[in-house]
Amino acid sequence: MDTTPVVTPRPPGPSQPGRSLHRFANPGRFLRISGVALPWVAIIGAVLTAIGFGAGLFLAPADWQQGDAVRMMYVHVPSAWLASGGYFGLAVCSLLSLVWRHPLADLAAAEISTVGAGFTALCLASGSIWGKPMWGAWWVWDARLTSVLVLFFLYLGHVALVRAFDDPTRGYRAGAILALIGVVNLPIIKFSVDWWNTLHQPASIGLTGAPTMHIDMFWPLAVAGFGYIFIFAAIVLTRTRSAVMERRIRGLLSARAERQT
Amino acid sequence: MTHLPYIIAVYALGVLVPAAYSIDAWLRSRRATRRLAAIDTRRQK
Repeated sequence: MDTTPVVTPRPPGPSQPGRSLHRFANPGRFLRISGVALPWVAIIGAVLTAIGFGAGLFLAPADWQQGDAVRMMYVHVPSAWLASGGYFGLAVCSLLSLVWRHPLADLAAAEISTVGAGFTALCLASGSIWGKPMWGAWWVWDARLTSVLVLFFLYLGHVALVRAFDDPTRGYRAGAILALIGVVNLPIIKFSVDWWNTLHQPASIGLTGAPTMHIDMFWPLAVAGFGYIFIFAAIVLTRTRSAVMERRIRGLLSARAERQT
Repeated sequence: MTHLPYIIAVYALGVLVPAAYSIDAWLRSRRATRRLAAIDTRRQK
């Protein structure tokens, strides 16, 4: 009697997002594609950041109120964009991990939180240095500053939580839940300058309207911002590639140990 | 240029933080690549 299982092809139907996402979850394919893209992402990031910082220092005009102190904006604002944007990326990876069990999302989330914490610390430090000559204080318990400090602690909490369990899967799951809960802080950061009276100035750049700053100040900021985005992506890609390879190494070593026992 | 020490400090941080992360990521990637190449028999074939 023939016991070969009959394989019925899946009938054509609407595409499933989880299925198409898993096409990009193959570690070998990820390593191949990211290996090609990574040098370009890193070079574009370095060049754009150098142009943005150089223009911010030497070409952009001084502010009529702040003088040359406004040049600190070309570091502070891109790092602030990355602090919030990185956390949004962390939340997306957490969602992919919890809902679709995307195997690379856990690794990417762990790497994003480490890098995001550094860029948030940079945002806080550069803001503090900018605040001293402008406000007369290194720190004030202002709504914007406090909510970004909470974001920094959320990043640190995620970093600690994913490493707190013997079983990495449980750590990734707990970290993903924390990351999704922490998303509520992003609109608080964004609108804190509108909802409360703060020392921090309101947004000069929005998604729906023209920027309220002069074009000679805006373009170096935009270039530095895109440069930082590419650098952040390059660092996260490199770290995620390393994490994929390290997982493979652990699997090979444990398989070898099982064969020997 | 006014407020020069503050500006220098901010730009130094703005370069050093991404540079430190980049170097650390590159060293870790190089270590993982070498280690994997040494133990992965599929790659040696």
